[in-house]
Amino acid sequence: MQDALTALVLGSTYVLLAVGLSMIYGILRIIHVAHAGVYTIGAYVGYLAWDRTGSVWLALIGGMVAGALSGWLLYALMYRRLLEAPRYVPLIASIGAFIVIEDLLAKPWLMGSDRLAMQADPGLPTVRVLGATASPDALYVLVVTAALLLGLAVLFRRSDIGLQWRATASDRELAGASGVNVERAIASTFAVGSALAGAAGVTVAVYTESVFAFMGEVPSYKAFVIVVLGGLGAVLGPVVAAFVLAFAETMLIAQAGFVLPRDAIAFLILVIVLIVRPQGLFGTARA
Amino acid sequence: MSAYVLSIIASGGVWAILTLSLNLVTGYAGQVSLGQAAFLAIGAYAAAMLSTRTGFGFVPAVLAAMAITAVASATLGLLALRVKDDFLVFATIGVNFIVVAILQYTDTFGGAQGIVAIPAAAIGPATLQIGAYAGLVVALALLAAFASRWIERSWLGHGFAAVRQDELAARAMGVPAARLKVVAFALAGLLAGLAGALYAYFLGNVFPQNFAFFISIQVMAMLVLGGLGTVPGAIVGASVLTALPEILRPLADYRYTIFGLVLVITVSFLPGGIMGHGGLLNRALGRLRPRRAAA
Repeated sequence: MQDALTALVLGSTYVLLAVGLSMIYGILRIIHVAHAGVYTIGAYVGYLAWDRTGSVWLALIGGMVAGALSGWLLYALMYRRLLEAPRYVPLIASIGAFIVIEDLLAKPWLMGSDRLAMQADPGLPTVRVLGATASPDALYVLVVTAALLLGLAVLFRRSDIGLQWRATASDRELAGASGVNVERAIASTFAVGSALAGAAGVTVAVYTESVFAFMGEVPSYKAFVIVVLGGLGAVLGPVVAAFVLAFAETMLIAQAGFVLPRDAIAFLILVIVLIVRPQGLFGTARA
Repeated sequence: MSAYVLSIIASGGVWAILTLSLNLVTGYAGQVSLGQAAFLAIGAYAAAMLSTRTGFGFVPAVLAAMAITAVASATLGLLALRVKDDFLVFATIGVNFIVVAILQYTDTFGGAQGIVAIPAAAIGPATLQIGAYAGLVVALALLAAFASRWIERSWLGHGFAAVRQDELAARAMGVPAARLKVVAFALAGLLAGLAGALYAYFLGNVFPQNFAFFISIQVMAMLVLGGLGTVPGAIVGASVLTALPEILRPLADYRYTIFGLVLVITVSFLPGGIMGHGGLLNRALGRLRPRRAAA
């Protein structure tokens, strides 16, 4: 049972990153590698907020605001001018931006190249259910993820902007012709998706009790595994895929003593799934 | 020339061959691969293992490495028949991570210790010093460039172009798209295997981390920077990005930031690359060229 709980927490950290990425892919069809840079920025600002105030909740808010801001800046300064270019152009630009963000964050006048310890106390109880123990840190991850996913679901299904997001994602031109402010829909998708990435960074920082400049490296590619498994651009797909992957990784390592490391497992699953279902686990075939 | 300059020239040649290999699948056939380092790894490890464990000489080891890598790459080509577009991009990234993980975690391939003490390259009785080796690599890179140009202009190249521009239309016209894709991957594998084998003999030791995902990004960056789909672009891109870190040595602390900025700025302002259609240099050269009558 403890393994199941570990997988649930791991899946929660994946899900916040992957959902934002999937929203952005859904609306612009760009492979936004720099999303993981946004995640690290969120974690770092969260760390700074916690360092000054001692509150993990202010850290969360700080990380989300920083995430939203940096994601929006990436769109406004970089992607907006690349929308008409061939598909590989924004991809290369995104990789370039991620390298810049990571390299600058690792400078001594920002995070430096070492781990910064973050022994935060969320002020939550330790919970025992069905023989598994959830530490306060784990509980923090679960609570934040559940709350944000719920909020996102309401935003998507019940609000005007959610409707505009869905309209723009399904057909940008038609949405524009029907009176949707496409520019605003795209910018706000970036802001909200990136705020979720910032939140993911802060929850991982609290759970692993540290932040470091290269913490985005593995998540950047793993989040894509989840988004692809989830069917590229869907919103529910990545949520399911994140937990499936987390459970598969945890169980393979804990039970079977699999020889390859966790990250290779994710890609092995990806390649196998794509051979069987080229459109992802939950994707619908597109022409 | 100093050994330092010669070694930069040799590595520039290796990257040029690998970039030409990527140009075959991505530039010509339109199959975006972000895992080309995996095939560099397969070529390098094949040559390294054949020369250290079975006593293969330099030439047979390079040829065998090319054949093995071509088969491996054609197998990925089979995957590309089912998996398309962005899904293929991630599948190739996945292949890169899986290959590196296998090299790193299995004893057959030396694990994290890699394969060391690869004998120096020799043709017949003559051992190649760094100067001769750099010359050989550059000659082979030029050969690969001419072969690429020849393919581009042949019926094969036109077939690749048809698959790249509109696979469905190509198939409707009777172009054997599936076979062409596998051929493109196999040819790219030949070149990647050549690059890998030359790289292994150049380094003398190979480690899994020589072939990390970042290398795939770097090769894609070389191709896009130079001009996707063009042979001069592949050569120029590989040369510029090989020389750049050396020129930037005084700014070593910021070399990754500069590398990243170069990527962002080039593709933003020159989406076709330096030598690509509509690129800066190409436009400048175009003015000098006599104009042909409009077709």
